[in-house]
Amino acid sequence: MKLNKALAIAAVAGSVAAMSAPAMARDTISIVGSSTVYPFATVVAERFGTKTDYNTPKLESTGSGGGMKLFCQGIGTQHPDITNASRRMKPSEYDLCQKNGVKDITEFRIGSDGIVIASSNKADNLDITLEQLFLALGKEVPNPENEKELIPNPYKTWSEIDSGLPNVAIRVMGPPPTSGTRDSFNELALQGGCEDLPAVADMSEDDMEAVCQSIREDGAFIEAGENDNLIVQKLIDDEGMYGVFGYSFLEENADRLQAATLNGKVPTAEGIAADEYPVARSLFFYVKKAHVGVIPGMAEYVEEFVSPAAMGPNGYLKSVGLIVPPREALMNLQDKAADLPNLQKDELM
Amino acid sequence: MTDQRSQAEIVRQSLKQRYRKERRFRAYGIAAIAVALAALVILFADIIGKGYAGFMKTTLTLDVQLDGEMMYLDDASDERQLKMADFVEPLVQALIKEVPSATESDRDAVRDLINPYASVTLRDALKANPEWLNTTRTMTFLAHTDVDVYVKHAGDEAYSIKLSEQQQAWVDQLQEQGVVETSFNDVFFENGDSRDPSKAGILGAVVGSLLTMFVTLILSFPIGVAAAIYLEEFAPQNKLTDFIEVNINNLAAVPSIIFGLLGLAVFINLFGMPRSVPVVGGLVLTLMTLPTIIISSRAAIKSVPPSIREAAEGIGASKMQVVLHHVLPLAMPGMLTGSIIGMAQALGETAPLLLIGMVAFIVDVPDGFFDSATVLPVQVFLWAGSPELAFIERASAAIMVLLTFLISMNALAIWMRKRLERRW
Repeated sequence: MKLNKALAIAAVAGSVAAMSAPAMARDTISIVGSSTVYPFATVVAERFGTKTDYNTPKLESTGSGGGMKLFCQGIGTQHPDITNASRRMKPSEYDLCQKNGVKDITEFRIGSDGIVIASSNKADNLDITLEQLFLALGKEVPNPENEKELIPNPYKTWSEIDSGLPNVAIRVMGPPPTSGTRDSFNELALQGGCEDLPAVADMSEDDMEAVCQSIREDGAFIEAGENDNLIVQKLIDDEGMYGVFGYSFLEENADRLQAATLNGKVPTAEGIAADEYPVARSLFFYVKKAHVGVIPGMAEYVEEFVSPAAMGPNGYLKSVGLIVPPREALMNLQDKAADLPNLQKDELM
Repeated sequence: MTDQRSQAEIVRQSLKQRYRKERRFRAYGIAAIAVALAALVILFADIIGKGYAGFMKTTLTLDVQLDGEMMYLDDASDERQLKMADFVEPLVQALIKEVPSATESDRDAVRDLINPYASVTLRDALKANPEWLNTTRTMTFLAHTDVDVYVKHAGDEAYSIKLSEQQQAWVDQLQEQGVVETSFNDVFFENGDSRDPSKAGILGAVVGSLLTMFVTLILSFPIGVAAAIYLEEFAPQNKLTDFIEVNINNLAAVPSIIFGLLGLAVFINLFGMPRSVPVVGGLVLTLMTLPTIIISSRAAIKSVPPSIREAAEGIGASKMQVVLHHVLPLAMPGMLTGSIIGMAQALGETAPLLLIGMVAFIVDVPDGFFDSATVLPVQVFLWAGSPELAFIERASAAIMVLLTFLISMNALAIWMRKRLERRW
């Protein structure tokens, strides 16, 4: 008899679970997306939860691409409401959204993040161009004798690239390929320094990308895992080592580290916000308009995110390391939060 | 004769060598155990060494003057006014009073000693007791995480102290005055996750784990036992049952992430269940635990001697009566032990939950099976990856809680086996 009862309970529980789920209404905002935006969005979510009577939004760190995929899967409570991204939505992702019925999307550019090359402040500081950076880290670089030909990277020390650079071995620690920081570093820094080289001038775009975004694998570039604390510790212990990470981390350790000058620009919060520093990227989040008004608190969450208390010059996001937009841009964001204008495809092209 | 003697001689001569061999063999065994134990000791020492500080919190006890004018508040029962009122100022003023060397110009430095969420505590207190307005109350607030780190780890190389020297001097002084104190970290057991290490707790993860485990138990135990009984007692021996058996054994060895993928495809994408909820987590872990339960239940049924079945059949019991009245009660202890071990395994699982969205930042403590939730090992994973150093000790403390759960579950399994097992 015991068994019969147990079986019956199992059957009932199973069917209840299966039947009731799709009909469930959700009263918590669901947010997915970039791990770069995650530390900022979580702070906003928590403040929003304590300030208002709404539930605290739930955040998953899925990476920018993973977030877009989930976000564009459709309309309905089982799909997320907001996705964060450390890059702009791609036209192909926009098309996917449209195809799945996610027609009205509003885009918010919430600030910037710069990628820096740092070293211990006791070490020789670097003052290099992006081209020199590519020559130091690229897998295949132009032959110094014949600039049209690509050869495996022969440079062992910085001074071999340019006699003005320090005479120390090239050793750079950076994030692994799974990281969004690495994507941006490859795209903005390495490709930025490589795409104008004569050796890649005649290549198709795909081939050029393959050459420009390949990092050498002979030990000069060391993948350090996602733990930035570890890179900082290594840089302090080892003065010949250089490290690649986000600007906010440099700021945290400003008393122990110094940043390299890239294309004549020292990374500063202002320079990054104004897009003058060459390796700066913008951070975004995208709102699914069909869910506004259905999932309680969405409009209010967006409002909180772009409020002066969060993103103003003394806002709490600044204290966690976000490079906040200038005043005018913040005002635009607030207008956007009120109107929620639709994102158009040609904006992304 | 000579032959025999020489044989005995050979044996005697080799004796010493054989004893030596045996001693060496034993030494290898002891060395192996020593290595395993050393690894365990190092693990525990590391976790406890890092984690004990996570069970301590740093608080500020202040005489707060709840001056309505200072807070822009003249009616604490008015929601609108509560929203606009300034709850930081009374805290700053109260703290400045305790630090005579601080002046009005140091107010920002003083404010940074107080936890940013202390004002929320004050607001909620006033909301609950509107009559406190314009009185002076002695209340205890959380200190800022930087103060917490300084108080616990001053002089520790691994932690960077973010307080200025002036602030450090104030904190030292406040500690002598008894304003800054460390005590047992009840916050850690009463709160959900937070981005502020001092305010972060494991209650959300513990409740999430319990809900998930409940779903897993209620589904996997009856299904597993039913499958085991059918396969062991009723199923005909043929190619089909052999095939099923091979597959069940195979399933037990499938990496858990595969079950996560399956859960994502079936429960979320096909059935449209919500992400990040304990029900889906429980269903996925059920799939993972089922093979373990089926295998251990079959072993338990097999160990019931056939004479019991025959005796029951001999006095006219039907097959079902034999199974339900005799085999099942006798096999139950073994089945329960297997289930508890399967559940303990499921409790420590993170990989499959990653895919169904249970690896997430969730602040609110879940209060149902369809509420977003996370589980204990996921909480450990999230904190261990956080940039704030103060989260490292929270992660270790959470590991200690998780280990406590696991050890008690395994102890329960051993106790039940000892207690209920019958030898034939």
